[in-house]
Amino acid sequence: MQGDRILTGNEACTLGALAAGMNFFAGYPITPATEIAELSSELLPKRGGTYMQMEDELASIAAVIGASTAGAKAMTATSGPGFSLMQENLSYGMIAEIPCVLIDVMRQGPCQGVATVPAQGDFMQSRWGTHGDHPVIVLVPNSVSEAYTETIRAFNLSEAYRTPVIVLSDATLAHMSEKVRIPDVSELTIVNRKKPTCDPKDYLPFSNENHQIAPMASFGDGYRWFVSGIVHDDTGFPVTNRPEAIRDSLDHLLGKLRDHLADIESYEEYRAEDAEILILSAGLVSRSAKSAIDRARARGVRVGLFRPVTLWPFPEARFSALCARAKTVMTVEMNGGQLAEVAAKYVDRDQTLRPVTQNDGTIIRAETIFDAILEVC
Amino acid sequence: MKEHVFDRYLRPEKLKTMWCPGCGNGIVLQAIIRALDESGADPDKVVVVSGVGCSSRAVNYLNTCGLHTNHGRPIAYATGVKMANPALTVVVITGDGDCTSIGGNHFIHGCRRNIDLTVVVVNNDNYGMTGGQYSPTTPLDAMTKTSVYGSYEPPFDVCELAAGAGATYVARGLTYYPVQLKNVILNGIRHKGFSVIDAMSDCTSLYGRLNRLGDAPTMMKRWEEKAVPLAKARTLPPEALAGKIVYGEFVRSDARREYTEKYAEVIRRAQEV
Ligand SMILES: Cc1ncc(C[n+]2csc(CCOP(=O)(O)OP(=O)(O)O)c2C)c(N)n1
Repeated sequence: MQGDRILTGNEACTLGALAAGMNFFAGYPITPATEIAELSSELLPKRGGTYMQMEDELASIAAVIGASTAGAKAMTATSGPGFSLMQENLSYGMIAEIPCVLIDVMRQGPCQGVATVPAQGDFMQSRWGTHGDHPVIVLVPNSVSEAYTETIRAFNLSEAYRTPVIVLSDATLAHMSEKVRIPDVSELTIVNRKKPTCDPKDYLPFSNENHQIAPMASFGDGYRWFVSGIVHDDTGFPVTNRPEAIRDSLDHLLGKLRDHLADIESYEEYRAEDAEILILSAGLVSRSAKSAIDRARARGVRVGLFRPVTLWPFPEARFSALCARAKTVMTVEMNGGQLAEVAAKYVDRDQTLRPVTQNDGTIIRAETIFDAILEVC
Repeated sequence: MKEHVFDRYLRPEKLKTMWCPGCGNGIVLQAIIRALDESGADPDKVVVVSGVGCSSRAVNYLNTCGLHTNHGRPIAYATGVKMANPALTVVVITGDGDCTSIGGNHFIHGCRRNIDLTVVVVNNDNYGMTGGQYSPTTPLDAMTKTSVYGSYEPPFDVCELAAGAGATYVARGLTYYPVQLKNVILNGIRHKGFSVIDAMSDCTSLYGRLNRLGDAPTMMKRWEEKAVPLAKARTLPPEALAGKIVYGEFVRSDARREYTEKYAEVIRRAQEV
C-alpha cells in the first residue's frame, strides 16, 4: 500500500486510521463524512475488525467508547448535527479517560444548514461543545496528506493521553483529491496505550500522580476495573463528597495535557518571523492565505502565517510571541470570527485585529485575503 | 468456611448501598449475582454495564468489570464492548426510564440486532433517582411527582416491546419471587442472543408512598394478588387479567442468528474476496 496515491480527504482519514491500528468503527451516515463509514465498512472486516452502523450518533460514540474499554482502537466520523448529538457521550470519554478518535467533517450552518459545502463553524463546538469543563485535543489538517498523518497522530495522542481526540476536516477537504505519500509501516510511529503489569489487586486505573497517564487494562484481561462517568478517585469509584478529591480528579484532566504541551502542540509558521501582519488561520483555507502572503511579500509587505495544526490546546506561547511583533493580526476563517475571538486575547490596544471571515459555503480565495492585506498595510 | 457467593461478587468496601429501606434493587442485585454464579462465567470475563438511576448504581457494588455509563446509553456502550470482545459475558442493568424512555432507541435496536447481551430492566414504575416522576412504564392513573392528578400516559409493556423489536429471550420476573427472578436472569445469560428480563421491583419511598401502597412488606404482598404466572394466564379470559402482571418466559427462540456470530461470518466473507 505504500507509495504515492491519489486520495480524497475522507479516504485519507480512513487509511490513516487503519494505519494507526483502528479495528473498530461505529457511525451513522451523514454528509460530508459518509465515505469514511463506507470505506471502513469495506476495509475493517478484511482485517478482522468491526464496522457497526449504529441507530444514531449517541450510540455511535457510545459503542466506540465501549469498544475501547474492551481494548479496541476505535473511531467514529460525523458532521455538525451528529457532532452535536455526540457531545453527551464525548464527555463520558473525557471524564473516564477512554482513548478514541472522532472525525468531524465540518459543513455549513447550524442545523441542516447546507450539508454539502465547507465551513469552520465547529472550532468552538469542538472546544466547548460538551458540558462541564475539561480540555480537549483537536487537530485541523489543511491537506489530504495531513488528513492522513493527523488521523494517525490523533490515534497516537488519544492512546498516549487516554483521551478522545477530535479531527476537524471540512466538506471540501473531505472530497478533494490530492497526492498522498503513504509511508511504509516501518516508518510510522504508532503509539498504543500502556497496559498494567501489576497485580490486579494493586491496579489503580485512574492514578494521576504528577499527571502521569495511568495504564489502561482491557475488560477481560484479568483486571476487574470499574469505569464511571461520575467524578472518581484513582480507583475509578465515585467521590462526590470531598471537594479536594473532586478538584484533583478534574485538575488531572487539565494537567495531563498542560504538562505535555510540547508533545501535543503542533503548528506551522509561514514567513512569520518578521511579519508585521500576522495571519491566524487553520485548515484548508490557510492555503489561500499562503498564496496571498506570497503575492503581498512580492510587493514588499511583511506578512506571514501562523497555522495551528493542534487547534486545541491552542499553541499560545508561540502565537503570542509572534503577535507581540506584529502591528496587525488578521484571522482568515470560514465562520463568523471564532479565531478572532481567540486572537483578541493576545492583541494589545495599539495593535489592530482584522478578521477576514466568509460564511457562504465557499473557500475564501487568495484574492480576498490579498485585498484585505493591502487594506491594512 | 466455604466462601459465600456474595463474597465473590460484591465489593464489601463499597457497601452499604445507596438504596432506600425496602427498595427492590437489592433483591435484583442478588438475583443477578446468583445467576452469574450459576452460569459458571469467570468474573474476570464478566462486564456489567449500567446507565444512570438508582438501579444502575448496582454496578458500583459488583466485583466484576464495571462500566457505569450515561443515562439511557448502557446498551449502546455494551454493544461496543461485546463487539470488541465477543468472549465476554455482558450484562446490562438499567431502569425503566433509562431503558424505555431516554434509551428506548438503543433498546429496540439492541433487540433487533439480537446481540448477545443480557438486559435486566429494573422496573419500579417511576424515575427513582430524580425523586419519583412518571416513566414510560408508570401505570395509567398512578400518582407520581409529575402526575399529581394521576398519570395520563399509556404505559409500555417492556416484554411486548422487546418481543416486538426482535429480542430472542424475553421474560418477566418479580422481586417477590427471587428464585424465579434468578432463574430467568440465568436463562437470559445462558441464551445466545439479546435477552430482556423485565424485573418488577418496588420503589417504596416514592411510588409506593405517593400511591399509598403501604410499607415495603405490604407492597410486596400485593404481588400475590397482582402477579399471574404465564401458564395460568394462558387459561384465563382477558377480563380476568385486567390490572394483573403476567410473569414467566414469553420468548425463547434460537431462530435468529446472534449478531457477533453473524458478524464473524461477514469477516470470513470479506477475507475470501
Ligand atoms: C441526559 C440526562 N437526563 C436526565 C438525567 C437525570 N436522571 C438521572 S436518573 C433519571 C431517571 C432514573 O429512572 P430509572 O431509569 O427508571 O431508574 P431508577 O432510578 O428508578 O432505578 C433521570 C431522569 C440524567 N442524569 N441525564
